Amino acid sequence: MNEAPENIIEYVTATVGGQLFGLPISRVQDVFVPDRLTRVPLAPPEIAGLLNLRGRIVTAIDMRRRLDLDAPAGDASRMAVGVESKGESYGLLIDVIGEVMKLPVSGCEDNPINLDPGLARVSAGVHRLDGKLLVVLDVDRVLDVAPAAEAA
Amino acid sequence: MDELLRDFLTETHESIDVVDVELVRFEQDPNNAKILNNIFRLVHTIKGTCGFLNLPRLEALTHAAEALMGKFRDGTPVTGEAVTLILATIDRVKTLLDELEQNQAEPAGDDRDLIAELGRMAAATASARPAPGPPPRLNEDVIDELERAFRDTPGPRYQAAAIAQPFANATEAPNAGAPVAQGDAGDRGDVAGRDDERPDSKVAHQSIRVHVDTLEHLMTMVSELVLTRNQLLDIGRRNEDSEFKVPLQRLSNVTAELQDGVMKTRMQPIGNAWQKLPRIVRDLSAELDKPIEFEMQGAETELDRQVLDLIKDPLIHMVRNSADHGLEMPAERRAAGKPEKGTIRLAAWHEGGYIIVEVSDDGRGLDTARIKSLVIARGLASESEVEKMTDAQIQKFIFAPGFSTASKVTSVSGRGVGMDVVRANIDQIGGAIDVKSVLGEGTNFVIKIPLTLAIISALIVECAGDRFAIPQLAVVELVRARSNSEHRVEHIKDAAVLRLRNTLLPLFQLSKLLKISDDAESDVENGFIVVTQVGSQTFGIVVDAVFHTEEIVVKPMSGKLRHIAMFCGNTILGDGSVIMIVDPNGLAQKLSGTSSSRLVAETPPEREAEDDMVESMLLFRAGSPQLKAVPLSLVTRLEEIDPRSIEITNGRAVVQYRGQLMPLVSVNSDVRIKDSGSQPLLVFSDEGRSMALVVDEIVDIVEERLDIELTSNTAGILGSAVIKGQATEVIDIAHYLPLAFEDWLHWRNHQTDAAPHHVLLVDDAPFFRNMLTPVLKAAGYAVTPASSADEAVALLQDNRRFDVVVTDIEMPGKDGFELAAAVRANPRTANLPVIGLSSLVSAEAIERGRQVGLHDYVAKFDRQGLIAALKEQTDELVRAA
Repeated sequence: MNEAPENIIEYVTATVGGQLFGLPISRVQDVFVPDRLTRVPLAPPEIAGLLNLRGRIVTAIDMRRRLDLDAPAGDASRMAVGVESKGESYGLLIDVIGEVMKLPVSGCEDNPINLDPGLARVSAGVHRLDGKLLVVLDVDRVLDVAPAAEAA
Repeated sequence: MDELLRDFLTETHESIDVVDVELVRFEQDPNNAKILNNIFRLVHTIKGTCGFLNLPRLEALTHAAEALMGKFRDGTPVTGEAVTLILATIDRVKTLLDELEQNQAEPAGDDRDLIAELGRMAAATASARPAPGPPPRLNEDVIDELERAFRDTPGPRYQAAAIAQPFANATEAPNAGAPVAQGDAGDRGDVAGRDDERPDSKVAHQSIRVHVDTLEHLMTMVSELVLTRNQLLDIGRRNEDSEFKVPLQRLSNVTAELQDGVMKTRMQPIGNAWQKLPRIVRDLSAELDKPIEFEMQGAETELDRQVLDLIKDPLIHMVRNSADHGLEMPAERRAAGKPEKGTIRLAAWHEGGYIIVEVSDDGRGLDTARIKSLVIARGLASESEVEKMTDAQIQKFIFAPGFSTASKVTSVSGRGVGMDVVRANIDQIGGAIDVKSVLGEGTNFVIKIPLTLAIISALIVECAGDRFAIPQLAVVELVRARSNSEHRVEHIKDAAVLRLRNTLLPLFQLSKLLKISDDAESDVENGFIVVTQVGSQTFGIVVDAVFHTEEIVVKPMSGKLRHIAMFCGNTILGDGSVIMIVDPNGLAQKLSGTSSSRLVAETPPEREAEDDMVESMLLFRAGSPQLKAVPLSLVTRLEEIDPRSIEITNGRAVVQYRGQLMPLVSVNSDVRIKDSGSQPLLVFSDEGRSMALVVDEIVDIVEERLDIELTSNTAGILGSAVIKGQATEVIDIAHYLPLAFEDWLHWRNHQTDAAPHHVLLVDDAPFFRNMLTPVLKAAGYAVTPASSADEAVALLQDNRRFDVVVTDIEMPGKDGFELAAAVRANPRTANLPVIGLSSLVSAEAIERGRQVGLHDYVAKFDRQGLIAALKEQTDELVRAA
């Protein structure tokens, strides 16, 4: 919100399961093609695995599972959005990466009350765009993956 | 914080720690002028710097302490009281330093109490024994008036004044004199210390202070470099004849050296972790009123500072423990014929990539009986479980959570959090701790810790298509299981086990533990078994493939995955892929948590076979809820078959098994062959023929010391024994074999035609006597059992007629070889055939047996072999007659 033109936020947009999402650009480190994912046994289902991004170990989060969205027909070429939290690197696996959008803060509306709870818990609001809706993702809440129940 | 102040704090902390240690040494060796000079100089330096930085409280304190120490230097005898006082002063200095570090200023208040005490003692020692040699100095005698003396000290020395001036200006008048006063009092120290200081200062110029963070960062970067190098090497391996080959090799070597070098910078002598100990022991000694000798060896042994930090507290705790309840009170020691002064010894040395730290005392040792009763009282194990444990196993319970053997809680230790915390800390760094103790003679703790945590050697394995790293530290050996080799995987219901030398190794599939078993069921029968040891637990991890060992850089797990106890980190391999590092501790915990802990084999104590005969028994149910047992060693295989595959031929149930027809025999008439599901079978093999006992359920395998308590008249039952606290029928396999094969019966009948030969059966284990007697009787022999060689010799003397002696070789007291020699030596029995039975059949043993006159040598469970050997010997008798 402290970005230069005050009332504008830049979002990196991405499509997951047909829905358009926006991530605040200030939180996005990079966008990359995930390669050689190592699955992690006993991990929460949302965690797709670990991968090596230029010598760093990145935890990949399957956004379809995280957001309870069905996979579209045919496994489209997937991409990952790199974000950082508490010194650790994460990769959010999305279907298609979109353009960067500049949207006014005032255009962000609260979540509709009937929004799917899976989405509502990670959404920071909704922007109405021409012909489609953009759901703003709260990165910290997305990363708040609960440990698998069986782990205890 | 002021740069100057920070340097001062770092330096002073170090000096103070040294003073602590030196003072304790000094108390024991009061005539050592060198130690005293050393202390004096250190305190003096602190005092000097305090004055320079304007820290009046610290300065006054150290000054008073220095004055008292000055007395000692002048020849006043050293008293324990005085050293205690100085140590108290140093403690106060430490508190002040801590405050200073936090608030960057000295706290309010004063230290008149200590200063007055120090002054009083200095005055007292002075009057008790006026210093003869050196002329009295003004500010040395009347320390009571110390502060007044400071203020009154006239005309500042020139160079001191020059330094003190800027500070004096900035502060209150009374303090202004302080830095100056030290110039006067300090002269003495300077003169004395100068000679010592010179070589020191040369050393000082060869080392520089580097912040720990800088080193950590360097280490991280080197780790990255190692990974990158591994990747390059991997590429290099795939491209033969590449021009990169030579520079790559060079890079590899340089990287390895760099890694070594950086590791070295992180290395610190273990003595750093010990520094506080002499002081702690001294204080404890005073508090507990026990004289204690504290020895340290190998303080220069170096290890990674990260590891050092982690073992510091456990070591302190263990030494406290030794002092508090390891060592007895002096009176008790005298009564036990030991020197009054107890000894605690701390030693460290390198041993193959690990550091071994040993904490030992010559105290009362661990009271196994008390531990036993406590273990039972706290419900950590049942009475029967405890009963069959060795002393070493029982002693290990002191590491169990919530266990404390001290009968009363003291301020020092015995609060019930103790050795379990120590063990947890040591486990955490991948180390191991063991205890050896002899009641009345002392206790000896041995800790094995890795040199470093950052880079470890790991075994790379494959499981369900994924690769995993297992830290080499935990891996004992690798075994390739083959269905047709001696390393055969056997099953008890769902539990897979492997006979490995003398133990039964529980097997666990990594894929099942990690819940990653894919559709293609991995082939346990032909898998690789990684024999893993964690603490006292040994188990086998079944994996699909084993690749190689690799030096890996341990990277912490992501916060989202850290809760998975099965992994202790992850790493990037040479080919760039990320893999998980399996945590052996996590595995062991999971295993002991989910399965019967009995199935996790305890590492067998070394002398088990000699002490008491522990037998692996297979427990099962057949026909009744009561447990039945059979020695596992007699069982060839455990099978579960589809009841539909059972055929009836000639009125008997058979099943096709490995290309042969195997007869099925029910344990008793109450056992029904199941209609559906799977039918458990115990398979026994003899000379290539197999028979199977039909049972209802296979329950467990237990290690039991066997005493058959009630012999039975029921056919097929040897008798009853108490196993796992339950009365259990031990079945007699010899009864069932003839039921399966008629020719067995014929053979036996043939044997009984002749007059029975008389066998003297010697075995110390009642189990074997009870088991073999019916076997031999069934084969047509008359049997007289004897429980020892002496009893056997007595029986032979007794004019009884025996045709052959069958003796166990491993017996307490006189063994089988000696018995054979005794038989040979007696002219009346010189021609009596002697057959040796042993669980250890080696070429040397056979040769030794031949020398002492054993006619034959048979493996203990080879009944067929024994019968054949008996037949051969008795046939010869018949021929000879």
